[in-house]
Amino acid sequence: MITATGKQPKAETTGGPALDVERIRRDFPILQQRINGKPLIYLDSAATSQKPKCVIDAISGYYTSTNANIHRGVHTLSVRATEGYESARRRVRSFINAARPEEIVFVRGATEGINLIAQAFARPMLKAGDEVLITTMEHHSNIVPWQILCDQTGAVLRVAPINDAGELLVDEYRKLIGPRTKIVSFAHISNALGTINPVRELVALAHDRGAFVVIDGAQAVPHLKVDLRAIGCDFYVFSGHKMFGPTGVGVLYGRFELLDRMGPYQGGGEMIKSVTFEKTIYNDVPHKFEAGTPDIGGAIGLGAAVDYMESVGLDRIAAHEHELLQYGTAALSAIPEVKLIGTAREKAAVLSFTVGGIHPHDVGTVLDHEGIAVRTGHHCAQPVMNRFGVPATVRASLAFYNTRAEIDALADGIRRVVEVMG
Amino acid sequence: MSELQDLYQELILDHNKRPRNRRKLDDPDRHAEGFNPLCGDRVSVYLKLDGEVITDVAFEGGGCAISTASASLMTEALKGKTVAEAKALFERFHDLVMGESDGNGDGPALGKLEVFSGVSRYPARVKCASLVWHAVNAALEDKNEVVSTE
Repeated sequence: MITATGKQPKAETTGGPALDVERIRRDFPILQQRINGKPLIYLDSAATSQKPKCVIDAISGYYTSTNANIHRGVHTLSVRATEGYESARRRVRSFINAARPEEIVFVRGATEGINLIAQAFARPMLKAGDEVLITTMEHHSNIVPWQILCDQTGAVLRVAPINDAGELLVDEYRKLIGPRTKIVSFAHISNALGTINPVRELVALAHDRGAFVVIDGAQAVPHLKVDLRAIGCDFYVFSGHKMFGPTGVGVLYGRFELLDRMGPYQGGGEMIKSVTFEKTIYNDVPHKFEAGTPDIGGAIGLGAAVDYMESVGLDRIAAHEHELLQYGTAALSAIPEVKLIGTAREKAAVLSFTVGGIHPHDVGTVLDHEGIAVRTGHHCAQPVMNRFGVPATVRASLAFYNTRAEIDALADGIRRVVEVMG
Repeated sequence: MSELQDLYQELILDHNKRPRNRRKLDDPDRHAEGFNPLCGDRVSVYLKLDGEVITDVAFEGGGCAISTASASLMTEALKGKTVAEAKALFERFHDLVMGESDGNGDGPALGKLEVFSGVSRYPARVKCASLVWHAVNAALEDKNEVVSTE
C-alpha cells in the first residue's frame, strides 16, 4: 500500500462528523461487483455518476405503482404522477436556492439546456456583429450550440484564455467583454481539468457590462453547494445523471422574468394553453418549455437524488472529495512518468494526466484489467487538449463514494502500465 | 494478466517502441490519411507503386500501442505485394480484428499480423488496429480523402 502523505484523513466539516464512506458505498449496488476478477474501482463519475439504491427504487416504484401521464388527468394515478413530478421540481428549486419553482425547467440534460437558451433566448435578440463570450476550458456542449447560433445570426464567438494551470485569465476575460457582448457562458467547473471558476466574480463582471450570463453547472452540482441567488447568473444548467440521478433528465434554471418573456423552444402538447388553427396560446413558465410528455420517472429519480445528496450533506461531500483530491494529487505526482494536466488552485476532484509517452487508451485498457474504470480521450473538450498540446489524457474523476484505497490502487495500476508498456 | 498479454503481445510492444517505416515518402504514388475522432489519432500512409506492385510503403503519425504497431507491421506486410493482394490482406485483417475469422480461412496468409487476434476481444480497441488499414485501402483505391473510423 502506497501512502502519499502518511497522514490520516481528518474531519474538515463544520456540519458534524466526517462522511462514513463505507456506509455510503453500501448504498450503491453497482459498486459491489467485480470487473475482470477485481473489485470495481469506479473513477469515471465526471462522465456519469453511479446511482444509489434510493434513486433506483424511486424510479422503479414510479413505474410499478404510479405510472400515468401528468397534468390535466382527473384519475388518481395521474394526480399522483403530477404530484411526484412537481414535487421533484420544488426540491430542485430548494436544492439550488432558486427564487421560485417556475424557474426550474426539466430538460434532457445540460446540453439541451444550453441549446434551449441559445435558440429561445439568444437567437431572437442577437444581431450580426454581436458577440458571445465563452472560455477555452468549455465542454463541446458549451461551444457548439453557440457556434450554431453565431452561424444563424452573424454574431461572433470569442474565447477567454486560460493559463498553464488551467485557470481562467480573469483580466483577459474582463477585457473581452465589450459593448457588443450579449451573452457570456462558462463552466462552473471544467470537466477536463477540474478547475473551479470564480463564478460570482465572473457574473458580476459580465453584468457590469450588460451581458447575460449562462453557467454550465454539470460538473458543479454533484460536488458542491450551488446557491443560485448568491451566484446571480441569468441561466444555469445541469444534468441529472452526473448528480446520482438517472440519464435523460436535467435542469435548466432561468430567472423568471427572462423565461417569462422568452418564446417557446419546441412546440407540442403540454406547452400550450389553447390551440386553434388560427392561434395558439402558449402555456406559462415552466410548462412552455416542456413540450410533449416529459421524463416523469427521470424527474422523480432526480428528486430522490437531491434528497440523497442532502441527507449525505453537501459540506461533507465537498470535504471528503477535497481530501481525496489532495491525496490523489500527491499519489500521482510521486510517479515520475505522470504529468498532471490541470493544477488550478481552486479545483474539484478531477485528476487528468498523461503517463510518459504512453497513449491514454493503452493506459485505460491496462487499468481496466485491474478493475479500474477511468476515461481516456479528449473528454469532449478538444480545445483544452489543444491548449495543453496533447491529443488526449487519462482522467480519474472522483465522487464521494471513492476512497483512499482506490487512489492507491490507481497509483499501483499506473505503475503496472509503465511496467507493461514503458 | 494473461488476457492482457493476448492483447499486448511482445511483437506489438516491440513495434510500438521501434516502429518500422515511420517516415514520409517523397513523391508517393498514393497517399491517404486516417483519423479516429474518438481519440484524435491521425495516421498518414504513403505508397510507391511499380505498375501493380507496392515497392515501398511508409506511415507517419499513429497513436496508441495498438495503432502504431498495426501501422508498422502493415508496412512490412505490404511491401512487395500487388494491389490486389494488399486489398485481399486488408479483408483478412479486418475479419481477424472483428473476430469474424480464425485466421485459417481462404486468402493470403496473415503471417505476423495474426498477433492482432487478441484485439477482437476488446471492442473499444478494434478501430485502433484497423485505422491504418482503412487508410491504406483508401490510398489503394486512390481516394484522396481523410478516412474516418466514425
